[in-house]
Amino acid sequence: MEQESKSEEEVYKPAEDTFLLLKVTLKEAKSCDKAIEIGCGRALISREIADKVKCIIATDINPSALRIAKHYNIPTVMADLLRGFKAKFDLIIFNPPYLPTAPEEKSRKWINQALDGGENGRETIFRFLEQINENLSPKGRSLLLISSLSGMAEVKEKAIVEGLEISEMARARYFFEELYVIKIQIAKQKSNKYNAAKYIF
Amino acid sequence: MKRDLLDILACPLCKGDLTLEVFEENDREIITGKLCCKACSECYPIEDGIPNMLPPDLRD
Repeated sequence: MEQESKSEEEVYKPAEDTFLLLKVTLKEAKSCDKAIEIGCGRALISREIADKVKCIIATDINPSALRIAKHYNIPTVMADLLRGFKAKFDLIIFNPPYLPTAPEEKSRKWINQALDGGENGRETIFRFLEQINENLSPKGRSLLLISSLSGMAEVKEKAIVEGLEISEMARARYFFEELYVIKIQIAKQKSNKYNAAKYIF
Repeated sequence: MKRDLLDILACPLCKGDLTLEVFEENDREIITGKLCCKACSECYPIEDGIPNMLPPDLRD
């Protein structure tokens, strides 16, 4: 893709967050993995691991992103997170939109939607955590990029409530934010907090 | 999309299984068609070889 069309300019370009997530994904990917990359953008991660996993699917809500992924022969689906899938995946990779965005800053432009994490930066991340249990294989792993801008403590707490275990795989300082890659798995033992939450709701 | 993708897709509204209707197909994949939910009857288009599994309220 030598020359970018107007619509391709509206697709998030790989940046430090992408590269950090890519580094961890390359270490984590196994040849037996059925993998999915959510919010693939320019599909850099999907392209890099395509030969290392059993299969990879790339999703996005932006049609221009999907055209790029398809151009590289990656199977693509337009989807909102994991809604639209019944499969259990062994590896779920997601670099979510995480910038705190006030209602008056909201825009329907694709590039804004790639960044907009709602008022607290965690809206999409929380929806994702709520969906993981249904689409992660019993021994599956999800690699998720988190920024200090969207609050690590709150994300950890939400993961526990959803019956998930998380561990930190990488961390990098980048200007005004700290970036983390966390690995998420289904908790072997549901915590008391999880039970308590289930009880309340 | 390739036909075997149907095995992993589900209705985003109710997670129901889907039926596939093909309008145009080449030797590699389905170019246009639609996927319809067996449970709730909502349909999802396949355009330019890409299934659009967005729930109706998120479509343009």
